Amino acid sequence: MATSSVSKGCFVFKPDFKRKKISFPIADYFNEGESLSEDSKLRFDTCQLLWQQMKSEAEELQEELNKNLFDKLIEFLEKSHLEFRKKSTNWNYQIKSREIPTAALVLGVNVTDHDLTFKGLTAMLRDTITPYVVSLQAKECPDVKHLLQKLASQVMGCHIDMESTEEEEEECVQLSQKKMHYSMAFLSTWYRNVTQKKGSESVNKKITSSSQWKKSPPIVIILKDIESFSTKVLQDFIIISSQYLHQLPIVLVLGIATSPIIIHRLLPHAVSFLCIELLQSLSCKEHLAKLLDKLLLTTRFPFKLNEKALQVLINIFLYHDFSVQNFIKGLQLAILEHFYSQPLSILCCDLPEVKRRIHSLSEDQCESIRRLPSFMRYVEKQTPEKQVASLTNERFLKGRMERKSLSLHIYHENFFIVLKCLHAFTSSLPKYPLGRQIRELYCACLEKNIWESQEYEPALQLLRMLAKDELMAILHKCVEVFRSSPGKQLGSTAEKLKEFLAQFQSLEESNEEENGSGSQQKGLQKTDLYHLQKSLLEMKELRSSNKKQTKFEVQRDKVVDMIDNLVRKYLFPPDTQTLYEVVYFTGAHTLREHLNAAPRIALHTALNNPYHYLKNQALKSEDDSIPNVAPDICIAYKLHLECSRLINVVDWSEAFATVVTAAEETDPNSTASEEIKEIIHARFIRAVSELELLGFIKPTKQKTDHVARLTWGGC
Amino acid sequence: MSGVQSRVSPSPWVTSRATLVASWLRTRAVLREWTLPPTLKFSGLGRFGEVLGAQCLAPRETLIVMSHLKQQKVKMLEVQFVGDDDVLNHILDKEEGAKFRKDRAQVLVNVKKLMKKQENDQDEDDQDDLKDENYVDILGADSQEYLKNGCVASGGNKVYSFQTRKKPEKMAELAYEIAKTSGKSVPLICKNTEKMASTPQSSKKQSTSEKDQLKSDEKNEFLSTPYRLRKRLTAVSTFPSDTESEYSDSNSEDDKGIKQEEEKISEVLMDQKRLTKHSSLSSSSCKKVSAKKMKKDTTTDLVEEYFEAHSSSKVLTSDRTLQKLKRTKLDQQTLHNLLSKFSPPFSAELKQLNEQYERLFHKWMLQLHLGFNIVLYGLGSKKELLEKFRASMLQDSVHVVINGFFPGITVKSILNSITEEILEHMGTFRSVLDQLDWIINRFKDDSSLELFLLIHNLDSQMLRGDKSQQILGQLSSLPKIYLIASIDHINAPLMWDHSKQSLYNWLWYETTTYRPYTEETSYENSLLVQQCGTLALSSLIHVFRSLTPNARGIFRLLIKYQLENEENPSYIGLSFQDFYQQCREAFLVNSDLTLRAQLTEFRDHKLLRTKKGTDGVEYLLIPIDTGTLSDFLEKEDKEA
Repeated sequence: MATSSVSKGCFVFKPDFKRKKISFPIADYFNEGESLSEDSKLRFDTCQLLWQQMKSEAEELQEELNKNLFDKLIEFLEKSHLEFRKKSTNWNYQIKSREIPTAALVLGVNVTDHDLTFKGLTAMLRDTITPYVVSLQAKECPDVKHLLQKLASQVMGCHIDMESTEEEEEECVQLSQKKMHYSMAFLSTWYRNVTQKKGSESVNKKITSSSQWKKSPPIVIILKDIESFSTKVLQDFIIISSQYLHQLPIVLVLGIATSPIIIHRLLPHAVSFLCIELLQSLSCKEHLAKLLDKLLLTTRFPFKLNEKALQVLINIFLYHDFSVQNFIKGLQLAILEHFYSQPLSILCCDLPEVKRRIHSLSEDQCESIRRLPSFMRYVEKQTPEKQVASLTNERFLKGRMERKSLSLHIYHENFFIVLKCLHAFTSSLPKYPLGRQIRELYCACLEKNIWESQEYEPALQLLRMLAKDELMAILHKCVEVFRSSPGKQLGSTAEKLKEFLAQFQSLEESNEEENGSGSQQKGLQKTDLYHLQKSLLEMKELRSSNKKQTKFEVQRDKVVDMIDNLVRKYLFPPDTQTLYEVVYFTGAHTLREHLNAAPRIALHTALNNPYHYLKNQALKSEDDSIPNVAPDICIAYKLHLECSRLINVVDWSEAFATVVTAAEETDPNSTASEEIKEIIHARFIRAVSELELLGFIKPTKQKTDHVARLTWGGC
Repeated sequence: MSGVQSRVSPSPWVTSRATLVASWLRTRAVLREWTLPPTLKFSGLGRFGEVLGAQCLAPRETLIVMSHLKQQKVKMLEVQFVGDDDVLNHILDKEEGAKFRKDRAQVLVNVKKLMKKQENDQDEDDQDDLKDENYVDILGADSQEYLKNGCVASGGNKVYSFQTRKKPEKMAELAYEIAKTSGKSVPLICKNTEKMASTPQSSKKQSTSEKDQLKSDEKNEFLSTPYRLRKRLTAVSTFPSDTESEYSDSNSEDDKGIKQEEEKISEVLMDQKRLTKHSSLSSSSCKKVSAKKMKKDTTTDLVEEYFEAHSSSKVLTSDRTLQKLKRTKLDQQTLHNLLSKFSPPFSAELKQLNEQYERLFHKWMLQLHLGFNIVLYGLGSKKELLEKFRASMLQDSVHVVINGFFPGITVKSILNSITEEILEHMGTFRSVLDQLDWIINRFKDDSSLELFLLIHNLDSQMLRGDKSQQILGQLSSLPKIYLIASIDHINAPLMWDHSKQSLYNWLWYETTTYRPYTEETSYENSLLVQQCGTLALSSLIHVFRSLTPNARGIFRLLIKYQLENEENPSYIGLSFQDFYQQCREAFLVNSDLTLRAQLTEFRDHKLLRTKKGTDGVEYLLIPIDTGTLSDFLEKEDKEA
């Protein structure tokens, strides 16, 4: 092989000739390497388009969610170093100037999402406040020297980007070549020079916010992962920079994944040099909820996930990393898999586009539509003539398809509106019988008819007990849902809701009068026990019947009935819909396989039960044991499981030889030839060294010819 | 029936396992609450040492007292072969005792089974951390039987008591078991199955009474017992079983003292045990019932198993070495030749498996281009598969193949090959991070650059470090660098934390190929492969022959000294002054300087290493293993 050598580990291959690139190199791979048909190219383009749209939507959402945080941060930055800018010399300032203004951003445990946040933050700060934004990571700064070096080079680098005058550039080149020892003193003289020069210059290119900033823009230092910095480095750095604070307007931004206490724990002494303002970012769960709302609970994007696939992604999020970025990655994979494996996904696009595509469907594609389970179900319900027509007549089929895709679209529109309304109703119930988050409710609805679930009835019961103000708040929310949705399908319901609201409003006014009149108490007179009981019973009955009669309760029941009707009418699961397969991704196991793989289990299965992979009858075994014809490594593995921490290699090898000779059908009584024995021994050696490579055993010096086991209890 | 034959089947003790696991778990839970004094240390019986230690502190748990006594008996054990009479006597005792215990009646099905059971107890090893149940069973069953018998029992005691040194046979047993499991009939099997037929009654009874109690995993165990039975018979007839004297503790030096200590303690405990005898009988049985619930807690059980397995420093294995077997270490070349004579089975299925993976190539390319990176896992070498991928998909693109298993590979060398050979940059970099930055900037600036990285064994010794993974991760996160890698180690995924995983942006693909790791293991300094022995010997001879007679003498002196000190573990080398003295006495050198000049020669050939000791004295050492050295001396002496 060209890639094996005893003296080299890296092999570089460069094609001899630069072949001209094919116009659609990536799409080429989309169709399993077969000649690129128009169809699969279109499919790939649709896929890419859809993904780009969803991605940009997700990014927009992220920006929007960060906006709040960033605004606060900017406000904080503007407040800080006010005195510095005024060049005030009063005593108070002198004292205070030892404190570095610090913003502590509590970002949560989803470390993988932070990068994006910081990227946005840096860009925004550069645009609005200061060119001197430095972001540092713990791994770049093993000691103060490196930290200062990074800091200085980034600050000056920023500056050069802005100025881009020739002499500056030369200077910069000189500096970077020299890689001289950076210090704070050096930095502060440099800063003074630059700001003075700038002060004399009147033009300013980017920064427009306030005239104050022009003169002396602050130096913002972002420490991305405060937890991984070493205490010593941070402490030294903070003490040094606090000394220079009257020359350099430094602001620190700390990214915190755990909790703000970490600052005090990391910096027990230097914390007194910091003037900390705590800023909390949005929790990742809310972020996910918003993301689902924007990407999946909408008719904007035709692509949907079925219950299991969504559950897989949500489980990865909840149980593994809380990372929204990973969720988006999973979504990307789902889209890709869907378009890759489902040929009819070509119809997974906007409604007008679908119509056009339906008309240009080829005969094969029509045939595969006919084979869709959901379409077959649909055909079965038709009259015989129509059945024949839809199975034979292409034009008729296309007409049907058009109608069906429209109805699927409408179904989704209604589905999401009703889902959101139902969520508004049930999310505030005690104990959350239908889930607190909309994703839980959505999953339940995707799985089966929600009104058949156990929790549905109790939830309705609870709804019938809502207080008026709660109910009104919910109704307001529902009206909001209707208003924000583009569809006009449930227009009458929206009207109804408003009516209800109005009625409740009027009830409020009339209620006071009613209260006055309705509560006339019959004074309890002195009677015997029997009469007392009787009268109490009567009163109870009266009260219960009375209660039903209050206007509010009647209205409330009406509202609950209405939502119940809506649910039963619109919230049936999507797999009952014709053409369900076209837009729903169903490969939950592929997602799990590729995103949340279990290599140890795979390894163990391969070793323990080779039949799982090699479908040979000889390897089949009913219980835990494995047949003696199994691959060498499996036999060696099985034998080593019998041992405790130390394994005697000789015994192991003999046991191995016993198994292998039995497998080879040689007569065990006759002594096998020396050569065969040698070969078996060689096979054993190989199996052992493979187990060593896999990390099951390691050589040990505790006893001669022994190896140590590294696993216990199977795998 | 002779004693040998009665060691037939372990099945009876399997039956009571389910209940006893429970009681053992309970016992352990109790033990865990007592602390073990650091001064008390027991050897010889692994887990029992710990149990005993706890017992000394608070001897309330009678169960343990019993087991402790058993341990004492092990020390006295001498006789291996037991006559029928002895065995029968004790069985009668047992049966009387059995009437006490109704809930465990199925254990005492018949005389025959009991007999087997006792024998079996002797056979089993309590060290096995996997089969913890066995241990539990033995512990529980024996202690109860012991109670019934009273504390003094002469000959039979040895039979019933614990013996803990059977590890190797256990493996041999399993070997026989597996050897017989295939459909192919080996003449031996026929013989065995006949024997099987004679004892079906017992196993049947068990199965009906026990099945509901057994958990699924235990069921498997249970089902396999007939195999054990067969194999045991074959073991007797065919396996050249080794004499007991070959087994020993891994560190037997300090055994004696501890044994004495143990015996003292056991005497004290003996009295206490008598007192608690009766109460324990009832308490242990009800404990069993209540403790069944505890079984559910399997995760803590696993954790405990780990500490059980690692708490004791003693592991009993046989003393046999490869030297006795006359099967010397093979060198790489002979190994390779031998293996080439052997053709692996199931080639059709393997081919099918591979074709299945090859169909994924296009998908991989697509996903690589879309920003994912691909990692392959599963048993079997994936080098061939990746090589095929390279040949079929990457011929027209720039790519680097990196053999992670190559012992000399470093991140630096990977980055160097990228900067020097692909980006054609001739300058040097101050640090790896600088180099990385430079590469990242290059790829950002020039959007036409594309690079495929194929890394075999991303989890290898050299690359698994945190820094290496960080750098490779950053490299792979570039949109125009496509990484496809393979991992093999079971713990490989532990290399990556969340942030690294997001850098890599992996898509996992299982590719179990069952291909031998020929190349991957060929570099490794494997246990049984004499890696460079012959090479070292031949080069040693080569260098030696080119030396002057004086220099030869000097070197020979050093070798001899080193061989003399072979046994000394704290040997750090021969000090220079001593060596000079010896050389002078042998008239090999006349001054300090000439000796140094000679030594330089050796050092250049890497035949000598000098080390400064703690006292500042220079020590000389030949960095070659003693086997090679003595071989060398032998050869030289022959020629001389």
